[in-house]
Amino acid sequence: MTLTDYKYGDVIHRCFRCGYCKFPINWMDVNNCPAYARFRMETYSCGGRLWLTRAWLEGEIEWSDHLADILYSCTACKNCEVKCPLSFNIDILNMMIAAKGEMVERGEVPSPVKEFLENIQRQGNPYGTSRAKRGEWMEGTGIEAYQGQEFLYYVGCVGSYDTRGQETARILGKVLQKAGVSFGVLGNDENCDGNEVKNLGEETLFEMLAEENVAQFQGLGVQKIVTLSPHSYNTMKNDYPGFNGEFEVSHYTQLLQGLIRDGGLDVSGGYNATVTYHDPCFLGRWNEEYNAPRAVLKSTPGVQLVEMARNKDGALCCGGGGGNFYIDLLGGSADSPARRRVREACETGANVLAVACPNCLTMLEDAVKAEGLEDKLAVKDIAEIVGEACGIK
Amino acid sequence: MDSVYQALVDIVGQEHVSNRQEELFIYSYDLGTTEPHRPDYAVIPRTTEEIQEIVKLANKEKVPVVPLGGGLSLAGLAVPFRGGIALDLKRMDSILEVNEKARYAVVECGVSQGQLTSYLERNFPHLTHSEPGAPPTATIAGNVAIHGQGDLAQPYGFNSDMVNGLEIVLPTGEVCKFGSCSIGSGWYTQHPLPDVGLFLGWSGTTGIITKVSIRLFPSKKIRGVGQFVVEDEELVPEIMYKLTHTQMTEDVIAFSQAIPPFASGLQHFTINIVADSEKELEFKHEIVWDDTLGEYIRSGAGGFLGFRSGLQRPQVSKTSDWRKGGGFEYVGAIMPVETYPECYRRGRDISERHDIPYTVLGRCIGAAHAMMFSWTYAFNRADPETIRQAREALHETDDLALELHGTIWKPGLYGQKLVMERLDPNTLNLMKKIKQMLDPNGIMNPGNWEVS
Amino acid sequence: MYELKFNEDECLSCTTQDCLTRCQYMDIDRDTAKAEILKIAHGEDSFVLHDCVTCYACEEYCPVNNHPFYLIVEKQEELDVPPLPRPLIRRGIQTGIPFRGEPDIEEINGQALDMGVFSDLMYLIQGRLFEGLPVISQDPRKMFHYFCQLMYLHYGRTSVIKERLPGIIQTIAKHNVTEVICFHDECYGTYTSYCPAVGIDVPFKAVHLFEFLYNRLNELKDDINPINLKVAYQRPCSSRLSSDKHHFVRGIFELIGAENVEREYVDENALCCGGTIQGQRREGSRKRAADVQKRNIEDMKNAGAEVCVFNCPACYTTLGSMVAKNGIRPVFMSDLCRLAIGEKPAGWR
Ligand SMILES: Cc1cc2nc3c(=O)[nH]c(=O)nc-3n(C[C@H](O)[C@H](O)[C@H](O)COP(=O)(O)OP(=O)(O)OC[C@H]3O[C@@H](n4cnc5c(N)ncnc54)[C@H](O)[C@@H]3O)c2cc1C
Ligand code: SF4
Ligand code: SF4
Repeated sequence: MTLTDYKYGDVIHRCFRCGYCKFPINWMDVNNCPAYARFRMETYSCGGRLWLTRAWLEGEIEWSDHLADILYSCTACKNCEVKCPLSFNIDILNMMIAAKGEMVERGEVPSPVKEFLENIQRQGNPYGTSRAKRGEWMEGTGIEAYQGQEFLYYVGCVGSYDTRGQETARILGKVLQKAGVSFGVLGNDENCDGNEVKNLGEETLFEMLAEENVAQFQGLGVQKIVTLSPHSYNTMKNDYPGFNGEFEVSHYTQLLQGLIRDGGLDVSGGYNATVTYHDPCFLGRWNEEYNAPRAVLKSTPGVQLVEMARNKDGALCCGGGGGNFYIDLLGGSADSPARRRVREACETGANVLAVACPNCLTMLEDAVKAEGLEDKLAVKDIAEIVGEACGIK
Repeated sequence: MDSVYQALVDIVGQEHVSNRQEELFIYSYDLGTTEPHRPDYAVIPRTTEEIQEIVKLANKEKVPVVPLGGGLSLAGLAVPFRGGIALDLKRMDSILEVNEKARYAVVECGVSQGQLTSYLERNFPHLTHSEPGAPPTATIAGNVAIHGQGDLAQPYGFNSDMVNGLEIVLPTGEVCKFGSCSIGSGWYTQHPLPDVGLFLGWSGTTGIITKVSIRLFPSKKIRGVGQFVVEDEELVPEIMYKLTHTQMTEDVIAFSQAIPPFASGLQHFTINIVADSEKELEFKHEIVWDDTLGEYIRSGAGGFLGFRSGLQRPQVSKTSDWRKGGGFEYVGAIMPVETYPECYRRGRDISERHDIPYTVLGRCIGAAHAMMFSWTYAFNRADPETIRQAREALHETDDLALELHGTIWKPGLYGQKLVMERLDPNTLNLMKKIKQMLDPNGIMNPGNWEVS
Repeated sequence: MYELKFNEDECLSCTTQDCLTRCQYMDIDRDTAKAEILKIAHGEDSFVLHDCVTCYACEEYCPVNNHPFYLIVEKQEELDVPPLPRPLIRRGIQTGIPFRGEPDIEEINGQALDMGVFSDLMYLIQGRLFEGLPVISQDPRKMFHYFCQLMYLHYGRTSVIKERLPGIIQTIAKHNVTEVICFHDECYGTYTSYCPAVGIDVPFKAVHLFEFLYNRLNELKDDINPINLKVAYQRPCSSRLSSDKHHFVRGIFELIGAENVEREYVDENALCCGGTIQGQRREGSRKRAADVQKRNIEDMKNAGAEVCVFNCPACYTTLGSMVAKNGIRPVFMSDLCRLAIGEKPAGWR
């Protein structure tokens, strides 16, 4: 592809490389692009990535493994789009995703990305674990298969396969049971939601997944979906309508907020901790839901909520987006965004770092270990906190 | 295996050095119209000691070293014209000390303007520093390295006049300190020791600033900006003179631009006024708008456009995208205030000849001792012809600034040549000797301020 | 060319001279009022031309709708008595020049909301009140093509209005809108008061935003929860041109259960926001504006207002943060209505 064929050929030169996109909501540091925070070479900043993309498409530089790493180190956290003052900002991520798409097309992607996509193609999840094991997380929970209940509880790949993810998936299931919510799950029939696939630039695979999922949901008569992961929430809410999939999608924190408010869920058991909340990008910046998770925490007796300096649309991404919870181009250093983030969480004096996303959960928990902060800080999904508050063990 | 590369890896670690095309490409450009030049290495050090080692290595291998802060100076000042090491200093980003009572901050060279602003707002809301209008990613050190000016230029002068002390890595690798810090007395003053003003304004050609102590100033509770507009550009100098006489303003800027149309052909003033109380504010309003500018209002020559509380610091700049083109560059020159009308008219003329909507601005420095006058030319990064036009306009403007008895600020290579042609030969000779003495191998940001 | 329909005989036979005697910014008795308005009508200089703060109010006070305000402004221009300093006038005139291409004309064939020159306030017309309503002038880059120009009354430049307005009307007409709901009160005044007064044709029916809101609220009546807030209304200058619609303010307040506080500067006695006064050429204008603003806000406070309801975005810009500083929440009328039907107002602060 040349610049002329590139969908954003008439916009990509508009980046001035002024660097506003590096900031959180104030100007406290330049480390709010997780990839730039990790590497600190200008190439890894949002502006650097845009200039390199343009140079590549113009033939000024050649494709290389390094170039691919630079592009794929973008976690699609959307900090840049929110912070760039120029009107083309709405296309920043699209520009990068389209460039990744071109790499996918040419078969020139970093090997973990290749693996990630192949695994999804074969097994419907990035880990490559068998489809037949997808439903194992729910064993012994009594959670029903979906058959026309009010809600489809969509768990997602991380919730289905990752050990920590599975724990939260189970607890959330139990919380919903306790609240008397009518819901069912897809178990082994659940497939990847496609959110990461899209952000990795594999548009065709994404379309396939979206179409299949929409067809499956419609076939089952699904109208309302509640998701464990903000990633699923994002794509089902914003992308699936483009595939005729109009569902009422909510993230579980939104559902819990309503349940607690209306007395449908008794959290009087409480949870005694000083808690700081990490906004997941796909709930926060992507869907501007900053309130529901905080409302849930605030209405849980015993929770004392403190904010990190970077919060809401200024939150620092855990580094797990854009497939990076698996392809992990940002790991391996004290400068990794997840490690920066848990240090920041510690600075608030909180003893619990609450998350609302299974990707963040695994990323940040690993970071706590790497930083040796296990004694000071526990990473908990809000589902777990609520679970404890309503007496679920 | 490239031995310099390996040596650099040994100094800063594998992840903090690169000789790959991607980094070399990015560090070959600045944001303006200057032709790119590829460095051979991009290096991002974290400590003064690492910088020392790098500089020593560079001397041994005769490899250029080009310091880079925010990279926002626009005139190609950190483009590695002779290759070598692009030394990105932004990882040196600790705010080391804020001395509240003596009103200064000591920062590492990678600390950005925005970082200090935000830090002070959160921790010392009654203190502030003079923030340039550059994007907030610009560094404090890069700014004093080019004699920048910020929004306290009117009361207090150039930012480089606010330096209380420096730590420098000399081109030969030694670390030196200047000011009271050099005798271990804290970083509170640059004077009275023998003056070695060899590093400010030299654009990184005489050494690398690793720490700066910069003065802080009182930040009042209410900070806001009032606007005033006149039609006749000839009135601007006398208005600046009168405003500075009040000693009640902070930033005083006059500007005119073709787009949007409301600003075209008119001279707008933005005037910052600060106060700790409504009472103080109203007192200042009376002195500034009624007593000082009232005569223009009554005669119909000037209009008051109102006052808004709340300063957006740093300001978001959208200049680069005016033509949906992603780029602009300006000539800034330190000019006598009385030249404003001519600067405006001639600048407008240059813009119009090059088919670029005109944008000019004069920021008052000190008690109207001078102004920084900028002529801005937007271009479309995707269209080489517009870049060429802008470059031409910039060169003509460099000529103009000198013709009008101004001094080009942070000139690029073209402007530096013009300045050096006019420099007193003895001064020029001294510059040459200093440079030779400090940097015998000519490794520091070569191409810039090179006396032949 | 367009000519103002002004009938001197009406003034001769007028027994009240309300136009000038009721002016809140000049102290004028009946005899002086009569003499001065006639002088003005004859094209002679008058202190009124110099001291007028251009608040539009006399347009409402005149019992026979003889357009004293339009007359004053025309004569200010004719006799070169500009109310503002020259650069402000030039700046104002240049502000209205469209400079970012031509608007896309989309045919509506029915009712539409016209944002006029406030396209960047689209966030104020969200929710059920506006559901399904087509909107013209949505693009801030093109909004000056929809600028009603009446602002130039403050500038003493009716010539600019007359020169540009027909083109603006044509642009709107191209959308084939039968009923134009005017987001800005001033647009409504332009099409229903100014245009007929000077003989400019308006090929569509203009609808006042408040009338629209009132009707919509009636349709949504079952969803209204009384807001139970004490409100003060900041009446803008342009609403003097549509005094027949002013009753919708109270109408809306009643519907949504807002308590309209008792105060001095209300209805015909409303005070200008000061936005235009502060820049005027006359000695002491800045302080005059500040004084008007202070009296206005004190009055709201004394009356116990919790919320100041705005009609005009310009008033909001001038007074919004001032009322907020005084503990009164500024809000646009449409946002207040949204609150009443259980929606979240977009501009609460
Ligand atoms: C929109 C816009 C508005 C601007 N407005 C202003 C303004 O109001 N006032 C103003 O003063 N400037 C302004 N600038 C110019 C410039 O951006 C600033 O002066 C900025 O502070 C320069 O800092 P930097 O870190 O970007 O320097 P760089 O561009 O990185 O470096 C400038 C020069 O200093 C050298 N250098 C950098 N760091 C060091 C160091 N630590 N030691 C030695 N040498 C070093 C570099 O080699 C280079 O020669 C503006 C720029 C833009 C784009
Ligand atoms: S993406 Fe926007 S904010 Fe970031 S460097 Fe480019 S223009 Fe600046
Ligand atoms: S989306 Fe996030 S990671 Fe990607 S460039 Fe933007 S700020 Fe960086």
